[in-house]
Amino acid sequence: MADKKLGAYICKGCGIGDRLDAGQLAMIAKKEGKVGFAKQHDFLCNSDGVKMIQADIDAGEVNHLVVAACSRRAKSDAFNFENVAISRANLREGVIWVRPDTDDAEETTQEMAEDYIRMACAEVKYMNLPAPSEEQGLVRHVLVVGGGVTGLNAALEIAKAGYLATIVEKNGALGGAAAQFHKRIPNRAPFADPQDSGIADLIEQVESNNKITVHLNATVTKTSGAPGRFSADISQESGSTVTDNFGSIIQASGFKPYDATKLPEFSYGKSPDIVDQLGLEALAKQANGGAIKRPSDGKEVKSVVFVQCAGQRSDKEGHLSYCSGHCCLTSTKQAMYFKDANPDVDAMVLYTELRMPGAGGEDFYRSGQNKGVTFTKGIASEVVPNGGSLTVKFKDLILDEEVNYDADLVVLATGMVPNSGVNIEAVPAENEDKKDDAEAKAEVVATVPVESILNLDYRQGADLPQLVNGFTDSHFICFPYETRRTGIYAAGPVRRPMDMTQATEDATGAALKAIQALENAALGRAAHPRSGDLSFPSFRKEGCTQCKRCTVECPFGAINEDEQRYPLFNEARCRRCGTCMGACPVRVISFENYSVETVGQAIKAVEVPEEDEEKPRILVLACENDAYPALDMAGMNRMEYSAFVRIAPVRCLGSVNTIWVTDALNNGFDGIILMGCKKGDDYQCHFVKGSELAHTRMSKIDDTLKQLQLETERVQTYEIAITDIQRVPQIINDMAETIEKIGMSPLKF
Amino acid sequence: MSNLNTATVEKYRNNFLREVEANVEEGHWVKMCMQCGVCSGSCPLGPHWDHPPQKIFMMIRAGKRDEVLGSSSMWMCTSCYNCIARCPRELPITHIMHGLAHYAKRLGLAPKNQPTKKFAQIFWDSLSKKGRVNELKLGLSLYFMNGFAEGVKTSLKMQKVGMGMLKTKRMDPLEIVGGHGCKDKKGLQAILKKAREIEDAKAAKFQQA
Ligand code: SF4
Ligand code: SF4
Ligand code: SF4
Repeated sequence: MADKKLGAYICKGCGIGDRLDAGQLAMIAKKEGKVGFAKQHDFLCNSDGVKMIQADIDAGEVNHLVVAACSRRAKSDAFNFENVAISRANLREGVIWVRPDTDDAEETTQEMAEDYIRMACAEVKYMNLPAPSEEQGLVRHVLVVGGGVTGLNAALEIAKAGYLATIVEKNGALGGAAAQFHKRIPNRAPFADPQDSGIADLIEQVESNNKITVHLNATVTKTSGAPGRFSADISQESGSTVTDNFGSIIQASGFKPYDATKLPEFSYGKSPDIVDQLGLEALAKQANGGAIKRPSDGKEVKSVVFVQCAGQRSDKEGHLSYCSGHCCLTSTKQAMYFKDANPDVDAMVLYTELRMPGAGGEDFYRSGQNKGVTFTKGIASEVVPNGGSLTVKFKDLILDEEVNYDADLVVLATGMVPNSGVNIEAVPAENEDKKDDAEAKAEVVATVPVESILNLDYRQGADLPQLVNGFTDSHFICFPYETRRTGIYAAGPVRRPMDMTQATEDATGAALKAIQALENAALGRAAHPRSGDLSFPSFRKEGCTQCKRCTVECPFGAINEDEQRYPLFNEARCRRCGTCMGACPVRVISFENYSVETVGQAIKAVEVPEEDEEKPRILVLACENDAYPALDMAGMNRMEYSAFVRIAPVRCLGSVNTIWVTDALNNGFDGIILMGCKKGDDYQCHFVKGSELAHTRMSKIDDTLKQLQLETERVQTYEIAITDIQRVPQIINDMAETIEKIGMSPLKF
Repeated sequence: MSNLNTATVEKYRNNFLREVEANVEEGHWVKMCMQCGVCSGSCPLGPHWDHPPQKIFMMIRAGKRDEVLGSSSMWMCTSCYNCIARCPRELPITHIMHGLAHYAKRLGLAPKNQPTKKFAQIFWDSLSKKGRVNELKLGLSLYFMNGFAEGVKTSLKMQKVGMGMLKTKRMDPLEIVGGHGCKDKKGLQAILKKAREIEDAKAAKFQQA
């Protein structure tokens, strides 16, 4: 854009005009904010107000606008002007709605509004109009890794939407685990009987679809690029490799059954009559509706015990701590195999808690009971093979007694272990005993015998980052299929344990996201949560010290390294969180419309009164995803908070560069509050790691405070949920009280 | 009649459950219990029983035939219907309780000196004879249920109440000789006989199966 033409529009509607001196605000915008003009309007968001602004834009009077009215989250449709930069001063939710309408409060309320005008003017002055990098084009082709239920459904959905799909399956046949099932848990009313798995039909549909290519006995040996320009090497077992381009990727690599030999108490492997759930499926397939025979001697099974939670939901070493979610339903289904063939078979399900998820789960349970499956609440301690049969030792938890029960066959409901490839964040365990290196290495290899699924040539590692228990990280609450690698979507049991019904749903969701991702990439737009954002980070090479912090801290692995070891940004992999910008110690990373300057100058624009005026200033850096809306809602509920606070929204707490904090302190701010989302394993941070990184960075701010001879209480970091409407004003007021106690900052000029 | 008792029961096998299903009123519901314990928590008598309903149902599934049929629990049920009203699985628990009591009694497995059981027998004897309950005789036999000495003691204790009832014509002393009955006593006996035949046939059928 050639010249920046600044203009301010001050709304007097919604009571703003009654409570504030709009004329004074306009004057400040012109004199201090240096805008070309400042217009007042009685009702800015109505058609007349919007028309006025549009006319000014069309006439070339203005291209950088300050809209001083309501919160940036309100009336975003009305104030949605194209090809201009806009900054919003929040006079409604941020000022008049959080301040009492009294003569006493009038002066400080007006000062609040004036500062927000100054901040908005400063911000817009340093903003530029973003334009896409045009690094990638439109590639209407999705790579689907894994040919099980999830992969097949995903590929079909993609094809039905008119895009191409390529399935890479490492086995010799499609169908995955579901192909091993005799029948499936029903997904239709009346949810009473095991149901045909439908997998053959699914495979048939995929094979006959001319938009879908299938590679069997194949793996992905290299993936590079970014959404809109992924390139993948697909290698056949035979050694031949094809390379193709893809717009986006779905990883549906599924699960492997937990290794039941890790449960010596249940004697798996010691008797062929002790099987896991997939083992039972094989027996049922063999029987094909007839009586199920036990493997040891081919005798018809007359009594069978299902041991639930075998090595699951247990904190014992080597066990799975989680619930695999389908096993109670699966055991019920399998018990029905017996009961349907011969009602005289005793089929007992030993459980501690039954979990029957899904719409039909409870109906299916009832149906099992109706068919005479016995559900016994008890804990199995041992399975002992003895001659012709098996003794299951368990404690009946209702009758509170130890029981020995003889059965012909025992089925262990072991869990699902995700096929998520390499854990790129795993830190090799320190070898405390100081064994020699070779031995130590052998140990590491033995415990991580994992092959990569995607073989990403990302600097950050070959596979998708994991969250806990080896499942790929995905934003559980808001964006379930989204992983920490933009344009690569995880679906099915690689993401969390699930059954066929859920996997099918997952496949649909991931397919739609994958299509959206490749379309967005072609337009240079960000994926959620800043969907549509065209800005992307760029850096000033001359200033870069190659410290690598940005490449390491970027939660999405967006930054590679070029030959000279400088960061290499991949626009389409970037989610525009600004974490790199917050990380950069020499502050060379910026976005066109969001930078160290835009926020830094806004902070500097706040007028800090002299110490003896007794008017402290508190800066709040609030995450725009949760904390800022919570603050807005506090306003909507007319909850009051201190008039000494000045709030600056940030994209993510991760984007907060410590320079903002130090500058604010040096400028005489008395307290600083950082508000981000919940961090940790159950994070709510929209950018996964942003809040966590900010907390880590801020834990080191104490040194800075001490250097400046300031009290450490002056800077505080909080995890805020969008629902913390009562809590946010409290936090602000507490800070105001703290400052009253410890006194004003001595650093005022 | 009690040759059903020869049934051998293996623990946690389904045979006792099947026996209950076939012979106990509403017994086919037992398998539908999901062991939530709401009934036990709702039962006003719960804390005073050996085995509250939830436990009784689990015991049936665990094949504890002797313990279940010999339990005094079912006899303690007051038919308050709290459990039925609350059972999320809608089991007719009260009815099952009485069904179990009845079945146990029929097999001669019910606890020997259970007072409710004794009372029920006296009540039945009185009723089945003439089609009407003789309140005077019923009351007196109840007093003497546990022996002569205790009977005298109770009678003396209740003397005042008895006199009051006489005075207000709530009790007819002549009932002690004969007493009133329904019109067609023979017909009643025939009905009861037939009912017994049906029940026995049902039990025999289960035995054969
Ligand atoms: S840290 Fe955020 S803004 Fe920076 S490159 Fe990564 S995704 Fe993009
Ligand atoms: S009806 Fe009987 S078993 Fe049910 S709550 Fe009342 S007393 Fe207990
Ligand atoms: S309330 Fe019903 S389902 Fe629950 S334990 Fe009692 S009988 Fe069983």
